[in-house]
Amino acid sequence: MLDSYREIETPEGVELLLRPAGPAPRALAWLADVFIRSIVYMMVGMFFSVFGRFGTGVIMIVIFLLEWFYPVLFEIYWQGETPGKRWMGLRVLNDNGTPVSWGPSLIRNLLRAVDFLPLFYGFGLISMFMNRDFKRLGDLAAGTIVTYKDNLMHTSVVPQTTASTPPLALKLEEQRAIINFAERSQRLTDVRAAELADILAPVTGAHGFASIQRLYQMANWFLGNR
Amino acid sequence: MNQQDFEQRNEPVWKELDAVVTALGKKVTPASITLSAKFPQLYRQVCHDLAIARERQYTTHVIDRLNLLMMQGHQYLYSARAGNITRIMHFLGGGFPAIIRREWRYFWLAFVLFYLPAIIMGLAVYYWPQMIYTLLDSNTVLQMDWMYSPEAPHIGRERGADDDMLMFGHYIQNNIGIGFRTFASGILFGIGSIFFLLFNGLFIGAIAGYLTQRGYIDTFWSFVIGHGAFELTAIVFSGMAGLKLGFALLAPGRKTRSRALVDAAQVSIKIMYGVIGMLVIAAFLEAFWSSIKLISPNIKYIVGAGLWALVIVYFLFFGRAQDAD
Repeated sequence: MLDSYREIETPEGVELLLRPAGPAPRALAWLADVFIRSIVYMMVGMFFSVFGRFGTGVIMIVIFLLEWFYPVLFEIYWQGETPGKRWMGLRVLNDNGTPVSWGPSLIRNLLRAVDFLPLFYGFGLISMFMNRDFKRLGDLAAGTIVTYKDNLMHTSVVPQTTASTPPLALKLEEQRAIINFAERSQRLTDVRAAELADILAPVTGAHGFASIQRLYQMANWFLGNR
Repeated sequence: MNQQDFEQRNEPVWKELDAVVTALGKKVTPASITLSAKFPQLYRQVCHDLAIARERQYTTHVIDRLNLLMMQGHQYLYSARAGNITRIMHFLGGGFPAIIRREWRYFWLAFVLFYLPAIIMGLAVYYWPQMIYTLLDSNTVLQMDWMYSPEAPHIGRERGADDDMLMFGHYIQNNIGIGFRTFASGILFGIGSIFFLLFNGLFIGAIAGYLTQRGYIDTFWSFVIGHGAFELTAIVFSGMAGLKLGFALLAPGRKTRSRALVDAAQVSIKIMYGVIGMLVIAAFLEAFWSSIKLISPNIKYIVGAGLWALVIVYFLFFGRAQDAD
């Protein structure tokens, strides 16, 4: 499996694969949340400023609550997503893959204050690059992980062609590699696909486009389209 | 069985689990309750299918699809049940003081880091008033003089309810923010918490020493005594929670550093739940009780002493039954 996957063992005895999200999508999600909060502040500000000093007091409380608890409440009641995270397809989970709960969510969001230091999430970024799950300090302390909601990297299927027997017996991993190539090849440029297929020229006995076709046929054979 | 047979045969189960999980993610309706009865069996079946698909090295698209399906089921099955009121009552009724007592080392460390500089700075400024300028600029000192001087024109006049609300908002934002930062910065090997404790201690000590020396005893001390019981204690607690985080990183014992950190944070965050409550009470008292000018200083001293006694008794004696666990 690819490195960036994180395996967690479930009580069912079956491993689940999570794909931890890196700094870029998380920064975008954060920016989106900042944007949403700013709009709320502006609206609340416009409404309550009519009430003079009393209104200013209310505005301060609203800002305080949103700054610290907006992510916590969304993560609890929206299954680990804030609006920004939902937009980026991210989700916060406990390390064991269960939905994030009150304690961990509060820990990771209070520690934002430190991750943000010295400016623009400097410590958070350093921390993310120092562990394989892209955890900022808050995630390390809370035992949480930010993952992509779905891990469907490969949505393409093997192209249907007539199956043909491979010229020699192949091991299971080798068969798997050919099937994976057939799945992935549609997302590659033709030239790159041909270049990869040419590596197996001794097996396919062909070059270029013909080699790709041969591999498709073998993949179909392995899949049982005989 | 080849992959296509496998997919064809199990497709109905996968589709059904997908539908059930989607329905369960939405509002609870009578229909979704009927569906939820089917959930465990479907979920187990998909777990089983995923294990088989992996073992037989089926193609990525099947494995990914089953992995996603199982993930969704896992999320639903293990989602935390709503935090119930009994747990909160249990925490307030004794769990919170029991934690503070169990972590007494961190408490006394934070206590000393906060009150020792406060007392030293307070005495220093009391005997050498010019020492105040090491921490505050002359403008701030003048402003403070004006705020607490018994001769100032605003003293004795009642401030409006809208001003009380303004100050309440300010105290909530400022004081709870300080508490959060004191805790959070503890993850930097405790340095941040130590800094905030020392800094706040020095500051508060300097102001108290200066105003006492100026003779503004009734205007200053009668104002701070009431909410101080909650506010000062909560600042010490947030420092203690932060120190616990830092210490877990410095001396993880037989655990790995990350494990020790997670375990320490679980305890620290409980302290922080309590801190939030205390600081809200403090902000409320500061805005709506301490500021009432109509009440004589003597009554404020008596009530303030009562509040201190309440806090001390609560943390010394409540939840003794829970000390063992």
